[in-house]
Amino acid sequence: MAELILKDLHKSYGGTEVLHGISGDIGDGEFVVIVGPSGCGKSTLLRMIAGLESITSGEVRIGGRVVNDLEPAERDIAMVFQNYALYPHMTVRQNMAYGLKIRGLPKAEIERRVNEAADILEIRQYLDRKPRQLSGGQRQRVAMGRAIVREPEVFLFDEPLSNLDAKLRVQMRLEIRKLQERLGVTSVYVTHDQVEAMTLGDRLMVLNAGHVEQFGTPLDLYERPASVFVAGFIGSPAMNFLPAEGIEGGLLRLENGATLPGARGAGPVTLGMRPEHLIADSEGPIRIRVSVLEQLGSNTLVHGTLEGTEREMVASLPGIHQIPEGEVLGFLIRSDELHQFDAATGKRL
Amino acid sequence: MLKRVHFPPSLLPYLLVAPQVAITLIFFIWPASQALYQSFLIEDAFGLSTEFVWFENFIALFKDPIYVETFWRTAYFSLAVAGLSMGLALVLAAFADRVVRGATFYRTLLIWPYAIAPVLAGALWVFMFNPTLGIVAYALDAMGIEWNHKLNGSQAMLLVIMAAAWKQVAYNFLFFLAAMQSIPKSVIEAAAIDGAGPLKRFWTIIFPLITPTTFFLLVVNMVYAFFDTFGIIHAVTQGGPANATTILVYKVYNDGFVGLDLGSSAAQSVILMVIVIALTVVQFRFIEKRVEY
Repeated sequence: MAELILKDLHKSYGGTEVLHGISGDIGDGEFVVIVGPSGCGKSTLLRMIAGLESITSGEVRIGGRVVNDLEPAERDIAMVFQNYALYPHMTVRQNMAYGLKIRGLPKAEIERRVNEAADILEIRQYLDRKPRQLSGGQRQRVAMGRAIVREPEVFLFDEPLSNLDAKLRVQMRLEIRKLQERLGVTSVYVTHDQVEAMTLGDRLMVLNAGHVEQFGTPLDLYERPASVFVAGFIGSPAMNFLPAEGIEGGLLRLENGATLPGARGAGPVTLGMRPEHLIADSEGPIRIRVSVLEQLGSNTLVHGTLEGTEREMVASLPGIHQIPEGEVLGFLIRSDELHQFDAATGKRL
Repeated sequence: MLKRVHFPPSLLPYLLVAPQVAITLIFFIWPASQALYQSFLIEDAFGLSTEFVWFENFIALFKDPIYVETFWRTAYFSLAVAGLSMGLALVLAAFADRVVRGATFYRTLLIWPYAIAPVLAGALWVFMFNPTLGIVAYALDAMGIEWNHKLNGSQAMLLVIMAAAWKQVAYNFLFFLAAMQSIPKSVIEAAAIDGAGPLKRFWTIIFPLITPTTFFLLVVNMVYAFFDTFGIIHAVTQGGPANATTILVYKVYNDGFVGLDLGSSAAQSVILMVIVIALTVVQFRFIEKRVEY
């Protein structure tokens, strides 16, 4: 077990830079999820930590040791791949024992560790099967078993659940979390699924186009998103964004002329409002013309446009509502739940 | 239930397969049956009379020490050719698989020898190793090795093995490379993380995973060495010196068309036919059963 420190990591392919200086300290036993849209460089970052991609500049430290020039095998890490990457010609037992055998562990010790891992993952009865005789979820367990028998300093997960069906994914998500807590191994987990990220991680590193947008706890990200990108990425349904302008008297003027209190400066800003934070109020300044309702039972999603404009907006009302199409509803928002971003840079104000 | 589609009876499908059927009948079935028939006959030296002798030709062959010797020589030759060419191809493919830059360039170069006709390949090696003119023979001479495959039987054998193997390397290389590239990259990476170095990865992961290809190539190479090497041997040594490079297929030609012992020659080709059929059966059986994963 060890801490993992990333220091100003850059990665270039030929002349194009894909990672522009990633830094972050991951504490001993911490579970960090790297999340971002496809192509943001999150898998590349993970592979650089693993040693499968070279590091253009910067530093990766595992347990105080700079591992930049070490082979993957020497970094004391274990990785779980998206497609499981099991050795198809070996049994489950051989798959799990492979790494230990290469490291020259005594037979009894290998046997003990494999059995122990098999018990934890409940795959004891499959030990003598080949991977092709297993289902997706079972293969995933074997892949994790192969990682835990090694007792590494760091676990790396590369979208391990994206090949599973929705139900199994939720179940495995919980199991991974429980397993990590039980073993207490520092873990880095890559995913593009924000729900997975929110539920698994102690902290989330949101990547966008090779930059760290924000690195914080899930609630941090939800309550105080550092940029428009993070705000839009975390939370479902996604946050509403409205252009506005700070005017005299500390007011914010929307496109349709309505005003809200609580401006944090003058000039153009982007306002962010979570659908669940909009409170229905007939006198409310935010007026939405209703187009479609989504009935979820516990709440109702109201889709519409800001009155007088074409801005799409969503509000979430608790309980069941019947609202005719074309009706205009008023909404309020608490000023501490009203996010304001610089219109030019997208950074939080 | 699948619905069956019925077509009205028509002559067209028969017409379409007719050329292939005709070719098979004329060039395969007919000569093969002729050979089979011939193998039961003995003809006198002047071709005036023939006599039906049942299996006498075969019995004579297996009692003939020269034939038995040729049999073992052929086994040695084909194993050596298959082993050498597959071994070289495997090494080349393993390296080509790791090349990132200029991969297409290397591959193109490595595939070229396959496009060369056997006789030309033979001619190439004859010139290089010609005892009086050859550049390699000259170099060997400078190193104190006397090269004369026209007198030295084992040198002649070595030469035809090299020529035949070299020609087949490209083909084997293609199949090995394709097999290696069909192994998911993440499996290799997982092995690297598990601590296996390149050589260990090759023997414990890559090689077992390409076993089906290896076996397929083994059979193909055996068949190649048995038959397609005729052109090379004919160009390089004509089976000599003193039969040192006469393999079964060359003996068929020699006995039949040079020695004019048609009955024995036919019997030998029937034996070859049986060997090919056996190899093919083994191959199909194996491929059906042993697809590992």
